[in-house]
Amino acid sequence: MQKLDSKIPDGPLAEKWKNYKAGLRLVSPANKKKIEIIVVGTGLAGSAAASSLGELGYKVKVFCFQDSPRRAHSVAAQGGINAAKNYRNDNDSVYRLFHDMIKGGDYRAREANVYRAAEVSNDVIDHFTALGVPFARDYGGTLDTRSFGGVQVSRTFYARGQTGQQCLLGTYSSLNRQIAKGTVKMYPRRDMLDIVVINGKARGIITRNLLTGQLERHSAHAVVLATGGYGTVFYLSTLGLGSNATAAWSAFKKGALFANPSFIQIHPTSIPVLNDYQCKLTLMSESLRNDGRVWVPKKKGDKRHPTEIPEEERDYYLERRYPAFGNLVPRDVASRAAKERCDAGYGAGDSGLSVYLDFKDAIGKQGEDKIRDKYGNLFEMYEKITGINPYRQPMRIYPAGHYTMGGLWVDYNLMTTIPGLFAIGESNFSDHGANRLGASSLMQCCGDGYFILPNTLSDYLADDIRTGKIPVDEKAFEEAEENVSERIKQIMSVEGKQTISSFHKRLGKIMWDHCGMKRDSEGLKKGLELLDQLEEEFWADIRIPGSEGELNQELEKALKVADFFEVGRLMCEDALQREESCGAHFREEHQTETGEAKRDDKNFAYVGAWEYRGKGEKPGLHKEELKFEYVELKERSYK
Amino acid sequence: MDFKLKIWRQKNAREKGGFRTYPINDVSPEMSFLEMLDYLNKQIIESGGEPVTFEHDCREGICGSCGLFINGRPHGPMRRTTTCELHMREFTDGDTIVIEPWRSKAFPIIKDLVVDRSSFERIMHAGGFISVDTGSAPESNSLPVSKNNSDKAFDAAACIGCGACVAACKNSSAMLFAAAKIAQYALVTQGKAEAKERVDKMVRQMDAEGFGYCSNTYGCEFDCPKGISIDFIALMNREFFSSKVCRQIPGRYTRKV
Ligand SMILES: Cc1cc2nc3c(=O)[nH]c(=O)nc-3n(C[C@H](O)[C@H](O)[C@H](O)COP(=O)(O)OP(=O)(O)OC[C@H]3O[C@@H](n4cnc5c(N)ncnc54)[C@H](O)[C@@H]3O)c2cc1C
Ligand code: FES
Repeated sequence: MQKLDSKIPDGPLAEKWKNYKAGLRLVSPANKKKIEIIVVGTGLAGSAAASSLGELGYKVKVFCFQDSPRRAHSVAAQGGINAAKNYRNDNDSVYRLFHDMIKGGDYRAREANVYRAAEVSNDVIDHFTALGVPFARDYGGTLDTRSFGGVQVSRTFYARGQTGQQCLLGTYSSLNRQIAKGTVKMYPRRDMLDIVVINGKARGIITRNLLTGQLERHSAHAVVLATGGYGTVFYLSTLGLGSNATAAWSAFKKGALFANPSFIQIHPTSIPVLNDYQCKLTLMSESLRNDGRVWVPKKKGDKRHPTEIPEEERDYYLERRYPAFGNLVPRDVASRAAKERCDAGYGAGDSGLSVYLDFKDAIGKQGEDKIRDKYGNLFEMYEKITGINPYRQPMRIYPAGHYTMGGLWVDYNLMTTIPGLFAIGESNFSDHGANRLGASSLMQCCGDGYFILPNTLSDYLADDIRTGKIPVDEKAFEEAEENVSERIKQIMSVEGKQTISSFHKRLGKIMWDHCGMKRDSEGLKKGLELLDQLEEEFWADIRIPGSEGELNQELEKALKVADFFEVGRLMCEDALQREESCGAHFREEHQTETGEAKRDDKNFAYVGAWEYRGKGEKPGLHKEELKFEYVELKERSYK
Repeated sequence: MDFKLKIWRQKNAREKGGFRTYPINDVSPEMSFLEMLDYLNKQIIESGGEPVTFEHDCREGICGSCGLFINGRPHGPMRRTTTCELHMREFTDGDTIVIEPWRSKAFPIIKDLVVDRSSFERIMHAGGFISVDTGSAPESNSLPVSKNNSDKAFDAAACIGCGACVAACKNSSAMLFAAAKIAQYALVTQGKAEAKERVDKMVRQMDAEGFGYCSNTYGCEFDCPKGISIDFIALMNREFFSSKVCRQIPGRYTRKV
């Protein structure tokens, strides 16, 4: 078993990054020009990294599956981006941001990484401002902030309800500047399908050109994955439909460890399923819980119109169960509470799978205009999708798969266990433990891409200045391409009857039912069994029309869904071994008398990192012990 | 609900395309327009045919991938709505719905309803940025921007790059798209230093890509799913004419008065 070395530097927490960075090696400008770097992904993490590396003088190649880098799913982030600026004089600090994230993550993240993410957060905001990102401002012309779930300070910078879009357009603009300069070459409409490892080092990737179907070999001295989250394993999620695990999964199969795969955040407030053909759940921002009150009818199966249910017959269950935090409990807690009520038969709507989010009181107290001012675009979005006016009657919401805390295991340098393969942004596991706090992902993605990776990657590349161009006719490239080509042939040859989406939907349901908000040993084992059965049916009965040598969206989907079976299994295995409840991972067997999560720090304060051991073999578990030197481990109570 | 769909089918860029008619039954009014097409594709695939190819990703009106010309209007009949946000309840049972790709010389068709919008990318490469290297930024609040300007910059920056403005315009002009970016940067302190070169380069690139000129029909503003205002075109023109270089270029970017 390989030993996991997180490479966390010694020294006091607040000094670690500064001292470590000072000791990192550099590559001279003349040598940088000879070094190539591949970045897969153009979300905040990928485009920030690619543009910074281009500015430094490296030769960078960037890939995404959309037609433009600007369409990466970071574009959909609504609420905001955190930074420890302390602009409100509310006693915020890097330490406080760090502490909130460690606690919010239910003590399953690395102290040193989280502290560093908090430390570079202020630089991210400064850079975005300089790039012309139109963050909300106060009348004096300075930046405005707002509060977000799970914290007591106001540190979230925002651009109306479109913070992700505005930040992404910022990183996209720096990317464009480098493309124009010729330091970065953009390859859109490419699916990365395999990673190429030569003499133990990541040296390239295999992509499929989505327009021609051609398989392409790209070589480089290092490869950076910034491929986002895999919440689409649930089929229905708040992610873009193209989001996938394939890039990270191909790295896993080539030897990169995959950490905490079962830590997936289920967001409590999304628009519920409204029809059988629905393929996407639209998020309603967390900020709505500042003014909306969550309730279900007190009477089981009460199908009256919500406005006809009198006050005394409503159960404001969050306020009842968590009087201290009320409607503002963290995401994991709010999601489970909603599920509990619906499973018990109190849910709203025909399906019984939704709860009400009611603004009646807020409108009564503050007036409709004030509410429109705060949430106008969200209310409009809700009405477009549902046809219901939320100023007149409560919204219906339900939890949805949202964010993957788990991902490729990386050390302090953001390097995976394959030398030369780095993972940044949502695709790595490092900063959010078992539950992510709102507005901290955009922050982490940009910190990784702009301020951390360029330094650690240069240190790695200092050994490569004499390597020369990596030839793509190496055997490893040939094998990898052959591998991909085989997989495609295998998929195309099935010639069955069912569509890929119909399998994806069934797979998503298995994952949701057995490895979703609540898990237990029996259910997880059942889930594994069902996955096997469905996978077998998949390989016997899928139908892909058309050919592989053209734009073929069904084939694209098939390649992604085929991987999801394997990802799903690893998620179940991971959830099974973790005999505790923490953050988003809730094991029925491990709860307090009042139904709250029961952590087991003595036995489970570790990162579970999985190793691929071959097709059909059980993956191996490595444990990275988490040491807490600065934070005291406490029960998270919101009562 | 039942509909008759007339859909543009085209195998690739080289072959000629044409309309094909597909009846579709039992559509739920709760379905989004793209879910209705997913439902159609399921039926096509199960009966051995080739599904209709169309572009999409976020399905919540923000990534700008989707864009269909529906009954003669970009993104269909509802204002300020992208194709993925449009729902079938907006149609009448029994309707015939005509679905085409964006049509513009600068957006060649790739397959069925998918077009190549890389011309937009090249306009952005020409100048859609503020030249600042990572790490060189001053403290944010040392660059105050009035709330009014910052709000307006946001309104311009809300563009999702879908191309509806071009599809809506009888001249296939990309003025609204380029103007939105130019205006965003012209309105904030940080963007002023290179404002003149930016407008010049982006306008030239727009021209080189084969987009048409603006003749003030306001179609772009009307059909923009994000409601980007045509006022930004006026702002762009002002920027353009105040840039030194503009004097050397014939006045085709003027608004006809
Ligand atoms: C609806 C929604 C709202 C959110 N709101 C917030 C918020 O308010 N604040 C916050 O902090 N976080 C928020 N998040 C989380 C945050 O947006 C994401 O975690 C973050 O943007 C991920 O960025 P990324 O750069 O890691 O990946 P992404 O932005 O997902 O980009 C992934 C990139 O990888 C490429 N890619 C993927 N697979 C392949 C492949 N196989 N081949 C080639 N290219 C590939 C894609 O093309 C894309 O360019 C939200 C998330 C969602 C879904
Ligand atoms: S699919 Fe993203 S805007 Fe429609």
